[in-house]
Amino acid sequence: MSEASPSPWPSPRARGEGNAADNGASLLPAMAGRRWPAGRMRGRFKDQGRQAAAKRVQFASPFLPYLFLAPQLAIIFVFFYWPSVQAIQSSFYLEDPFGFGSTFVGLTNYADVLKSTEYFGIARFTAIFTALVTFFALAIGLLLAVKADGVIRGNAAYKTLLIWVYAIAPPVAGLIGMMFFNQHIGPLVEFARWFGWDIKVGLDYFDTAFAMIVVAVWKQIPYNFIFFLSGLQGIPVSVREAAAIDCRSELRRFWTIILPLLAPTAFFLLIINVTYALFDTFGIIDVMVKDKAANNPITLVYKVYMDGFRGNDLGGSSAQSVILMLIVLVLTVFQFRFIERRVHYN
Amino acid sequence: MLKTISLAAIALAFSTTTSLAATNITWWHGMAGRNGEVINEVAQKFNASQSACALTPVSKGTYEEALASGIAAFRAGEQPNILQVFDAGAATIINAKGAVIPAEDLITKAGYSFDRNAFIDGVRYFYADSEGKFVGMPFNSSAPIMYINDEALKKAGVEAPKTWEEFEVIAPKLKDAGFIPLVQSQLTWQFTENFFSRNNIQFATNNNGYDSVVDTKLKVTDPNLEMMFEKLKAWKDQGYFAFYGAGWNDNQKVFEEGKAALWIGSSGSFGGLQKTATMPFSATFLPYWNAIKGAGTNSFIGGAALFAMSGKSDAENKCVADFFQFLTSPEVQYFYHKATGYVAITKAAHELAQKDGYYKEKPVAEVGIKQLLLPAGEWSKGYRLGFYPQIREIMEREYGRIFSGEATVKDALEAIEKEGNELLARFAKTAG
Repeated sequence: MSEASPSPWPSPRARGEGNAADNGASLLPAMAGRRWPAGRMRGRFKDQGRQAAAKRVQFASPFLPYLFLAPQLAIIFVFFYWPSVQAIQSSFYLEDPFGFGSTFVGLTNYADVLKSTEYFGIARFTAIFTALVTFFALAIGLLLAVKADGVIRGNAAYKTLLIWVYAIAPPVAGLIGMMFFNQHIGPLVEFARWFGWDIKVGLDYFDTAFAMIVVAVWKQIPYNFIFFLSGLQGIPVSVREAAAIDCRSELRRFWTIILPLLAPTAFFLLIINVTYALFDTFGIIDVMVKDKAANNPITLVYKVYMDGFRGNDLGGSSAQSVILMLIVLVLTVFQFRFIERRVHYN
Repeated sequence: MLKTISLAAIALAFSTTTSLAATNITWWHGMAGRNGEVINEVAQKFNASQSACALTPVSKGTYEEALASGIAAFRAGEQPNILQVFDAGAATIINAKGAVIPAEDLITKAGYSFDRNAFIDGVRYFYADSEGKFVGMPFNSSAPIMYINDEALKKAGVEAPKTWEEFEVIAPKLKDAGFIPLVQSQLTWQFTENFFSRNNIQFATNNNGYDSVVDTKLKVTDPNLEMMFEKLKAWKDQGYFAFYGAGWNDNQKVFEEGKAALWIGSSGSFGGLQKTATMPFSATFLPYWNAIKGAGTNSFIGGAALFAMSGKSDAENKCVADFFQFLTSPEVQYFYHKATGYVAITKAAHELAQKDGYYKEKPVAEVGIKQLLLPAGEWSKGYRLGFYPQIREIMEREYGRIFSGEATVKDALEAIEKEGNELLARFAKTAG
């Protein structure tokens, strides 16, 4: 991963699919059906000849492509659609945990969830958390990528060090974060005390939220860094040189030339980061609240887990996951309809 | 998860190769660390004591995870023979009629006699139905007790408090001596459930939930409980009480380090505390309020019980009954009591430990059992509340708000009662 040649990085498309699959059932129905613009995305690479790859391939039998697709479709069906349908079904039932009897209750589970002010508090925190984590993870990742891209000597070492953190599993990241923010021994707590800020993670809502956001951002920066860096390296040198002749201000060149050319990468990362903040931060949150959410902030996914797996309330928890699926669906449609329009792939 | 699976696989391979003729039974539990090792030792002792049955214990993580795994397995028809379920999950499994075979029925069917009076009072009712029949077999049982930093009390020149009134008198002296007077590790168990038991106050309607699931309501807006939390809040503001959040260990740590004078922990903490405490310590009962009439009764049992899951063959059920008999024998109880710090659940085991001189050597080990042996009051026998793990989460949230200043005690208790009652109503629908 530490080589600096232009394209050892996995293509965004391939990584994108892998990640969508990791990110759980609720995202997939929305993403699987969309066309990821393979041909269009590839167009931003220097190698113009490769655009020919977008040409249609002819199959001898019309069924052959479906046969090739079958394993992937089977996986999607078994692991994503089937559980989703089950979740939708059980959200209309009240069921005893052991499955002895279930009563059809219509929309009662949804009404109970939507009536709860607590649920809206968690939803509000989730929105703020997602926005902040996405913003800072993208901004810092981009900043580091731009700076690393400019480094000539020893750039491989720089890049390796920056990417390193990505290999840490979320619960481990949570544990490390927890140690930094530990009430008794945390170095960051000691540091903040110099400035008169007594951080109490696990006790104070705001402090815990702050710690969670810091750890979640820290964990995601390397991922964004990799993609931004590969995106930057895909920008033709001729374009950069031409821009450098026209404009002396590096900052201005960045805003008018580099950033628009990075837009496809940035858009892809936006979706991945939003999904990350909504779902993949579960491990971090679980470790940081130490199994006891108490008055600490949690996200909607964690609430689904608490009610379903710890509280054994299947109906209520299913209703919450259906609501979550709808939120992701709306978000994805919004992103593709309104933001993708501003992205130019060529 | 992977670890659990591989352990299970190894354990399974082991058990099938070593005992080809024996009936295999499985036991899922939620214990880790030293307590998990002791479970393996208990199983080994059982397997060595007879040849008809081979018991395989499997750790499923925490108490909550063990219950969730057991439920999921039951729905898939792959349930273990024995499932360990913690105190707060008791209502979930006991109200699921048909999921378990009551321990008492299982044992009598296997040809053993069953004497309810052989068990100490504090454990006799908690996992029993309203007629007193044992549904779960009490296993690891604990009581919330107060640990004492002997050096701190000596330095301040005070005696350990029996009541909260006495605590109020000595707290300033402990503070002046440079100690945090009081910490605790679980507000739900120690200052809510066992506030009701120690002070003999009703916790919920319908006889604390034992009589029926329908229309059971919490009574946490009780003025006495409100007073308790107002006091805790005031003590915290005065520096007599410190709170480090809902995590158990964050609060225990200051006591282990010798910075706190008194810590409310579990009788089951004794085993670990002997290794981690940096100063000499002793223990006494969880204090009560002298001003409350009839207070000073025994506490609810904490910990967990073993449930025999239904849907198994007679031969396997016989083995489970054999194991339950083995487990309640005084020798095994005494071994488990010594190894973990959990209390002995039968009177015979308690007597054996006394006779052996164990409590002369380690008086702290007897505090929990003595507290459970205190006279019972009308409201100190137990509680049976559905979705109780979720209700505890609401309590943790609201108590956290009290101490971070986000909510007043009155508002917090009202929120717990309102949301808790909604959950109880939901549970009544699922169980009905």
